[in-house]
Amino acid sequence: MEKELENLALKNFEIEKAEKDHFGFWVYLMTDLLSFAAVFAAFAVLRNNTFGGPSGRELFSLPFVLIETFILLTSSFTCGLAMLAAQDGDKKKVITWFSTTFILGASFLVMEFTEFHKLIVEGNGPQRSGFLTSFFALVGLHGLHIFIGLLWMFIAMVMTQKRGLTIKSKSNLTRLSLFWHFLDIVWIFIFTIVYLMGVM
Amino acid sequence: MSLLFGRLTLADLPHEWFTVGGTATILLGLLGIAALLTYYKRWKWLWQEWFTSTDPKKIGIMYILFAAVMLFRGALDAAMIWAQQAMSVGSNHGYLTPAHFQQIFTAHGDIMVFFVTMGFLSGLLNLLIPLQIGARDLAYPFLNTLAFWLYVAGAIFINLFFVFGGNFAATGWLSLPPLSGLAYSPGVGVDYWIWSLQISGVGSLIAGINFIVTILKMRAPGMTLMKMPLFVWTSLCSMIMVVSIFPILAATLGMLWLDRYFGLHFFTSDFGGNPMMYINLIWMWGHPEVYVLILPSFGIYSEVVATFSQKKLFGYKSLVGGALGITALSFLVWAHHFFTMGAGANVNAFFGIMTGFIALPTGVQIFNWISTMYKGRIIYSQPMHWFFGFLATFTFGGMAGLLMSSPAADYALHNTLFLVAHFHTMIIGGALFGIFAGIVYWFPKFTGFKLDERWGRRAFWFWLVGFFLSFAPLYMLGFLGATRRLDHYDASMGWQGLFIVSAVGITVIGVGALCQVIQIIVSVKNRKQNLDLTGDPWNGRTLEWATSSPPPVYNFAVIPTVQTRDAFWEQKQSKTITKPVYEDIVLPRNTAMGMYVSAFVFLAGFGLVWHITWLIFFGLIGTVVCIVMRALDQNTEYIIPAVEVERMEQVWKKN
Repeated sequence: MEKELENLALKNFEIEKAEKDHFGFWVYLMTDLLSFAAVFAAFAVLRNNTFGGPSGRELFSLPFVLIETFILLTSSFTCGLAMLAAQDGDKKKVITWFSTTFILGASFLVMEFTEFHKLIVEGNGPQRSGFLTSFFALVGLHGLHIFIGLLWMFIAMVMTQKRGLTIKSKSNLTRLSLFWHFLDIVWIFIFTIVYLMGVM
Repeated sequence: MSLLFGRLTLADLPHEWFTVGGTATILLGLLGIAALLTYYKRWKWLWQEWFTSTDPKKIGIMYILFAAVMLFRGALDAAMIWAQQAMSVGSNHGYLTPAHFQQIFTAHGDIMVFFVTMGFLSGLLNLLIPLQIGARDLAYPFLNTLAFWLYVAGAIFINLFFVFGGNFAATGWLSLPPLSGLAYSPGVGVDYWIWSLQISGVGSLIAGINFIVTILKMRAPGMTLMKMPLFVWTSLCSMIMVVSIFPILAATLGMLWLDRYFGLHFFTSDFGGNPMMYINLIWMWGHPEVYVLILPSFGIYSEVVATFSQKKLFGYKSLVGGALGITALSFLVWAHHFFTMGAGANVNAFFGIMTGFIALPTGVQIFNWISTMYKGRIIYSQPMHWFFGFLATFTFGGMAGLLMSSPAADYALHNTLFLVAHFHTMIIGGALFGIFAGIVYWFPKFTGFKLDERWGRRAFWFWLVGFFLSFAPLYMLGFLGATRRLDHYDASMGWQGLFIVSAVGITVIGVGALCQVIQIIVSVKNRKQNLDLTGDPWNGRTLEWATSSPPPVYNFAVIPTVQTRDAFWEQKQSKTITKPVYEDIVLPRNTAMGMYVSAFVFLAGFGLVWHITWLIFFGLIGTVVCIVMRALDQNTEYIIPAVEVERMEQVWKKN
């Protein structure tokens, strides 16, 4: 009898905790959005300060970035599918869809790395001008977030496999998917402001 | 060697009088504490009861003790600045080199803002928010210990240059570029500055999220937003500002670091960088930050005035509206810190008018407190002393601020001692006096005995007189044209007399601080006479007084149901006693993980200051591993069974 009561107190605690965690994570996302905003502002100020170096028009390849964008958008879609599977309690599907998301996210990161590498090798690294400084910082900050997201996704998948879809792990996956969609939205802004407006 | 130690060499170890002195003080202090702990066999106690605790009441006390130590450190800097300015006239160049003097005023500003005021406030919020809203804990107990230990790591960083490097930033408390860039500050001083602020800033950000979720999600049943105590309201506003501005600070410091570490060009004056951008960004953080510091103190005054006037707070709604108004306006005034930058008349006019507007919600608060006292039976206790001191000082300083909000006047006063006097009036007379009032007011709640009244009054009068003695001359000096951060001036300026009066003032403040130390010693000695057995020594109004002093680990055996504002007052009036029904209580276990994470972050930061690549990666990987381990830990809570809760409650009621 006593044991059951304990479980009840703990269970209520866990349900309440999941709710608090979601709200808190939204607050965190908004703070992260503000740090992105600060770097965006820096980019907006510095984007024309090429200091005799190349501008976005000469450096960016839109088709390449478009592929990157589609990969990331698709990964958001598969992430959504994984969450639908989590609602149904289908562990196998969750793992499958998150694996797909992981692969897409990793490909995005590889492409971004390739782009950076190419720029640096050509002598257009972040030290070249104020414009390139802010470009590398903004896109790199997004890339860093993607990297952290992938790390999180990997651990979350292993734990889901091991522990199953409990209240705790579902709450964790929900926050992960929020994070992933959030990065997608930030990327849309980067795609528009940095790349499209940079080339137009 | 450079692979192992980066840029750190033997020459960076202490060899000047102040680094040797600083290092020796730090080492002797630590040795002394270690000796005491060993002698009294308290290591285990310290670790289990305090360092690894997730109880906000204990974390709050640790914050306050730590902030008090940092206050001593920051005050020492202040004394050194004053001494130099009082003597360095004409042919006498004082006892400090200009480079050393610059480092001292930089450290003084950062310590007082980040590690004293923020520390005290975090402490008070930890102690009181859960109790005032009828909750058992904060929303995220682990993040709370993490935030505390990050704050400690940041504080160690700001003192570490004594031991390694010998130089702190000589750039002023906000390290404006291009001066703080690699070209003009090549040493490690600015790097120490960056990582000290970055690490403690992330701690503040985490704490901000934690408090917002706690206040919005964990209030006792029935406590709607408009029934929250005023301190909870102002803290909520303050934390909303924290989560809005600390991300900007983090990004700005990050950009400055990229400039310095990798030679990028955000804020350099060549290669298309833009130093003005830094000044805008840092003040977008910096201006709301001063309201972050002051608003919780406004909440404390509101509680104190209502309790000691034995009346309901006058104009609750307008006080809440005022706090919200200040919060909103605080984001629209940052450019008044650099009217002289040349952004143009229209920009200056906008920011000048917005700055003037802030006086409105602030004035509303002042009038509400005065109206609360009207026809009240006022008890002139120590917290009320601090409140009256605040009322006079703050109004005075606010008027000075209003004067400077006009760009035309600001052109004459920009960067003079008038400005220095103004913001010290606001932060000492506003924020710090409020913190003192809060500490005296809530001291019995957390220790079980009141602070000595006599020594408290002495402390207050010395502080108040000392404050005006030291800062009134600075207002005058500002009008006479004395700029801030002045390590030397010509005798013909005729400033020395005022500088000496000012230096006398800080000694008087020092006597006040001494009185506070004596007060605590005397109070501990005579605690038997000042015991608080009821849990409600001041005839209080809000829920924290409904618990025993000190409160049990779970705060409330039964979560109270709230019907009105001043919930505890109403409860006392109605005198209905229902037999409590106890239930199992879930509480967080202790954890050392917050400490471990901070330790790894600290190591990574040290690597970043000294360009020690392996240490950076070691620190970062350690941080990630610790966080993942914590996230996967399934055993983070424990349960106090209802029977045990009942037993603990009986023990209190028997006394």
